[in-house]
Amino acid sequence: MNENVNVNSTYILSENVVARKIEGETILVPIGAGVGNLEEDLYTVNESGHAILSMLDGKRTLNDVVASLSSEYNVDKDEMKADVVGFTNELFWRKILVESS
Amino acid sequence: MSDENGSQYMVKVKSTEYNIWEKKKPLLSSLQVELTERCNNNCIHCYINLAADSPKKKLELSTAEIKNVLDEAASLGCMEVVYTGGEPLLREDFEELYIHARKLGMRVTIRTNGTLLTAHLAELFTRIPPLEPIVITVYGMTRSTYDAVTRTPGSFDAFRRGIDLLTEHHVPFKLISMLIPINLKDSDSFEAWLAQLPCEDKSPSYNDLLLDLRARRESDKNNVIRHIRFSPEQALAIQNRMGGDKSEMREFCAKFMGLAGNTLFNCGAGLGVKISLDAYGNLQPCLQLRHPDAIYDLKNGSIKDALTEFFPGLRGMKTENPAYLARCARCFLKGLCEQCPGKSWMEHGTLDTPVDYLCEFAHLQAQDLGLLEKGEKAWEVEDWKERVNNLSSNT
Repeated sequence: MNENVNVNSTYILSENVVARKIEGETILVPIGAGVGNLEEDLYTVNESGHAILSMLDGKRTLNDVVASLSSEYNVDKDEMKADVVGFTNELFWRKILVESS
Repeated sequence: MSDENGSQYMVKVKSTEYNIWEKKKPLLSSLQVELTERCNNNCIHCYINLAADSPKKKLELSTAEIKNVLDEAASLGCMEVVYTGGEPLLREDFEELYIHARKLGMRVTIRTNGTLLTAHLAELFTRIPPLEPIVITVYGMTRSTYDAVTRTPGSFDAFRRGIDLLTEHHVPFKLISMLIPINLKDSDSFEAWLAQLPCEDKSPSYNDLLLDLRARRESDKNNVIRHIRFSPEQALAIQNRMGGDKSEMREFCAKFMGLAGNTLFNCGAGLGVKISLDAYGNLQPCLQLRHPDAIYDLKNGSIKDALTEFFPGLRGMKTENPAYLARCARCFLKGLCEQCPGKSWMEHGTLDTPVDYLCEFAHLQAQDLGLLEKGEKAWEVEDWKERVNNLSSNT
């Protein structure tokens, strides 16, 4: 996986994906082909992932997300940055997230 | 750290294996939507079809009404919608309704005869995959057999074109054969054809051998279906020819057999695991049951109210019908017998009349498994528990 997200950029859920919250579970459902590795896959996101994903609204940069979450959860900024960048990278290379203009 | 299957933040699951009902028990997990009762075929055996130009078209739910239903279904946790009919592709707004369901994050199963599939639809299913195989019913393997069942000249060729289109566009599909005496001779060639098709699921699948009568209880069409459907003896012979090893059936019986008592609903009907919406806005506990006392007018209510108030009340119903209490209530073949309010509705227009056709078949199966002697009535058997235990110990 390439490190290709930029901490000064903003990211948002692709229009080819729907994030559904059902009974406390976040499920990412692809709409269009080409999302993830195979069209027929879903992704279930845990609580940590959901906390990050919910802040990726196309307005906050990754640095903004890191600052906000590290303050809210009282976590060291470098540690939070590793989590946020790592998860965003994962969603980005699976085409679940796109960089917003 | 992440790999092909996810990471510490998320897990990849195969869409067709993700069962939200088992995992999370939302209020609603799957919704069957009968987009229309109309069909472009005129199948001799069908339980629901109206002519494609039926005047009942004007009574069907509008595009906006169906979208509202889907919106509420999604809000209740629904992950799957099944578009069925009649022939769902007859709806001019099918594409719009399909995309709406997918954009709500639902998987869509399309149950179709395949004859109305076009290159445009195949491209749509490639661009926006349904996440479930398209289910196509096969009525015969030759032009003469197929068209004899559908009573629609040209339907076989249109069906094969539909399959070719899906194959060319790599759209997953599943074939289900339905058997009646007219097309029984085609079953071997169906299995041979299925084996060489590029579909993922190559295991032969068949509709119920015991054909349902009409959901709207039209007597003239019911007379035809009664005449063409297999007798219980014929159905058992076919089942045995196709079913192979009986140990699975014995295990199933051992697990689910018992007395039904005066409780009418011993199935999942009316539970959020799957309910049905007819073409005119009535929610049904299942696709078959359309008794006026068992359906919910969604135009004047909500899915949530149906699931939390109406259907639970329905499922709590007890019968006082002496015929049912004398037979079905005391019969241990529950699980083996298909008797249910839906079947009672289709055969008799009631919720609780024993259906002789199903009873005979269940008894024949029970004899075949060694649970009953010939001539014995299961509701008169007192040592049924011992017989069922012996059955499971012989598996």
